[in-house]
Amino acid sequence: MLFQDFIFWALAVGGVAAALGVVLLRDIFRAALLLIVVFLTIAGHFFLLAAEFVGVVQVLIYAGAISILIIFAIMLTQNVQQGNLPNRLQIPAVLLPALLLSALIFVFVDTDWRLTEALPNAVGVNIVNLAFEDTTFKLSKLLLENYALAFGAAGALLLASIIGALSLVRER
Amino acid sequence: MDLERFLILSAVIFCIGLYGTMARRNLITILMSLELMFTAVTLAAVAMSRYVVSKQVLADTSNTSEAALQTLLTGQVFALFIIVVAAAEIALGLGIVIAFYRSRETVDMSQANMMSR
Repeated sequence: MLFQDFIFWALAVGGVAAALGVVLLRDIFRAALLLIVVFLTIAGHFFLLAAEFVGVVQVLIYAGAISILIIFAIMLTQNVQQGNLPNRLQIPAVLLPALLLSALIFVFVDTDWRLTEALPNAVGVNIVNLAFEDTTFKLSKLLLENYALAFGAAGALLLASIIGALSLVRER
Repeated sequence: MDLERFLILSAVIFCIGLYGTMARRNLITILMSLELMFTAVTLAAVAMSRYVVSKQVLADTSNTSEAALQTLLTGQVFALFIIVVAAAEIALGLGIVIAFYRSRETVDMSQANMMSR
């Protein structure tokens, strides 16, 4: 447990620092590289949370595809030297997230969660072990049986977004 | 504190993303901040699926059938769908950024104040 705590705090501190870098750095190319660091630390958290398939998908889609797309867009717009300027909304832009964060933390700490750990000891461990072994197989069954309609809709959404992006950037 | 620390971390990253979308003028930074918010929500969903007992399991803890245990994985399924939607969103968003750059020669949000050129 101690080792997991150490990994959690290392990933959390690194992730939050990199996320701050994404929004605060002037150089948007460096910000995009730090965004990859954030995605990788989140993938590490997924592995800690026994979600190895989601972790691998996170590395492939977010750290691989999405960040490459963003870096391509930065290079295509050739606006790196102008950088990441702030706008005139600085004070509300700090106040609103701070308020939201304190409200969220209050709710998270105050809520009485139905935790697996709170079940009778052997039962809780048993349920977690059974539910989170071989999650890739179980997720594939869930996606293709219980969530088959949403799975198809996700495919249609991706197709529509590809066509939309192509028609947006096409030369006239 | 196992669940709470993951939720608080996701809230912190979400709020950093919210600050980025509100306070920056560069369109690409705004899209990157949106991606931060998306990943924070995914993290919250996966943490919930790991630590919170679903109603079906709680009703009868001796029932370890496949259907009951599958309900614990709902958060991970949500995370996968959020990732798909984020991929679609970033592809379209960057398409709009590039189309905007073609017509205005800038990616400054404060210049985006007309429907046509």
